[in-house]
Amino acid sequence: MNDDKKEEKKTEISNEDLATKVKEYEEHAKTRKFVLPGDEIGFGMAGSGTYIEQGKIISKVVGLSDKKNDTVFVIPLNGTYNPKRGDGVVGIINEIALSKWIVDINSPYTATLSLSEAVNEFVDLTKTDLTRYFDFGDIIFAKVSSVSKSKIVQLSMKDERCRKLYNGRLVKITPTKVPRVIGRQGSMVELIKKKTGCQIVVGQNGLIWVKGENRHKAVETILKIEEYAHTVGLTNKIEEFLSSNNSTSGCEKQSD
Amino acid sequence: MKNKVIKFMTQEIKLIDEHGLRLDKRKLEDLRPIIAKAGVLKNAEGSGFFAFGNTQAIASVYGPKEVYPRFMEEPERAIIKTVYAMAPFSTTERNKPGPSRRTIEISFVIRQALEPVLFLEEFPKTMINIYIEVMQADASTRCAAINAASIALADAGIPMRDLVASCSVGKVNSQIVLDVAGKEDEQGDVDLPVAYYSRKKQITLLQMDGIITKDEFKRAVDLAINGCEQIYEKQKQALRTRYEEVEFE
Repeated sequence: MNDDKKEEKKTEISNEDLATKVKEYEEHAKTRKFVLPGDEIGFGMAGSGTYIEQGKIISKVVGLSDKKNDTVFVIPLNGTYNPKRGDGVVGIINEIALSKWIVDINSPYTATLSLSEAVNEFVDLTKTDLTRYFDFGDIIFAKVSSVSKSKIVQLSMKDERCRKLYNGRLVKITPTKVPRVIGRQGSMVELIKKKTGCQIVVGQNGLIWVKGENRHKAVETILKIEEYAHTVGLTNKIEEFLSSNNSTSGCEKQSD
Repeated sequence: MKNKVIKFMTQEIKLIDEHGLRLDKRKLEDLRPIIAKAGVLKNAEGSGFFAFGNTQAIASVYGPKEVYPRFMEEPERAIIKTVYAMAPFSTTERNKPGPSRRTIEISFVIRQALEPVLFLEEFPKTMINIYIEVMQADASTRCAAINAASIALADAGIPMRDLVASCSVGKVNSQIVLDVAGKEDEQGDVDLPVAYYSRKKQITLLQMDGIITKDEFKRAVDLAINGCEQIYEKQKQALRTRYEEVEFE
């Protein structure tokens, strides 16, 4: 419970700050351009989602092209999650091995969480059952500590944000749309948290954990963001959507 | 009446009339009307639909995901599995479902046509599945299949250098025609499907049956590339409309 309180304090942002952030983000979003694989895009350094051919930067995915500090990159509109070092992910415990857990992270590659990376105390493996810490189907928030070239993914819980997630509801969205759900410096997530009073944990892998009275409304909003992720002026529209109280009745009946 | 029928039966059908028009009133260098769509299937990660007149194909893409069977895994790149199939109702006579010698070969050439544009090394140890179903067949089914698969791959967000466009050319009544259809395929002399990677100006698929001179062949390939460029634009348009027509409610 202590963790929850800490988190609430940390994430408190005044309404004005949030409004300016949202405005900045939306202004920036207008400069983005829809591109297709094979389209030439701007000049500068080639970032993610692009490749260089004969000195030209070319998009390799369907997405929105953007520029940041001279680096041209493309935000893809669809795709699977490719684990990167340092990503925070929401995972589901899939298997328990002798001294590690195998975690499903909504990616083509499964991740492993070793005992030493998960628990801070001495564990006598001959006497303790690992399900004491994490059992099958448990949901955790963990950090990707390393990804090898042959895509062996290691997770770590040694971060203050990492923890086991109790109860709540899990939603799956397209991993490439996660930045939109978070928004610039967390503006979108803050907005949903504020309006619905829910706890929300967003994993870079497209799994989002929601807990609270109003969770169905929050989930509905998240799915809405996913659907309209590529449109301009989304934050304002989402704000309106959250203020209006037209929640679908079917959603209320859904169990966790 | 009886005479007329017999006359009709024995008479060779004129594939190209005196005005230089074909059976469906097209000119020699015209494509059939094209319909291209992206995101037509809900459960697939990416999907595409492509139709040349009466030839229609739907493609769906799943993955990248874990490789099954495990021994096919490649440590440094993703593998592609393509399945080309014709629906039983796609042809005039019922088509027996299941893989046949012909569909296995076409699956293979489609994979070879698409592989050069994909960044497979970005997803080692994975598999990308492409399923293509021909809903209606009226010649050039492998071309429609490649076009649909190319749209589906882009829609699934798989990194690729460019889209692959494909169309066929043929020799009918000793004239080179673009986009062979129906009777022309059955009675024509040559059928030549081409897949084209337009950014690098490379040909990724070229098959041929029939007899053709060197000069005619060169003209045929040039015509096919011209057709592919037109199809390439349609494919791009399909992907654009998929996202641009969405309005917030």
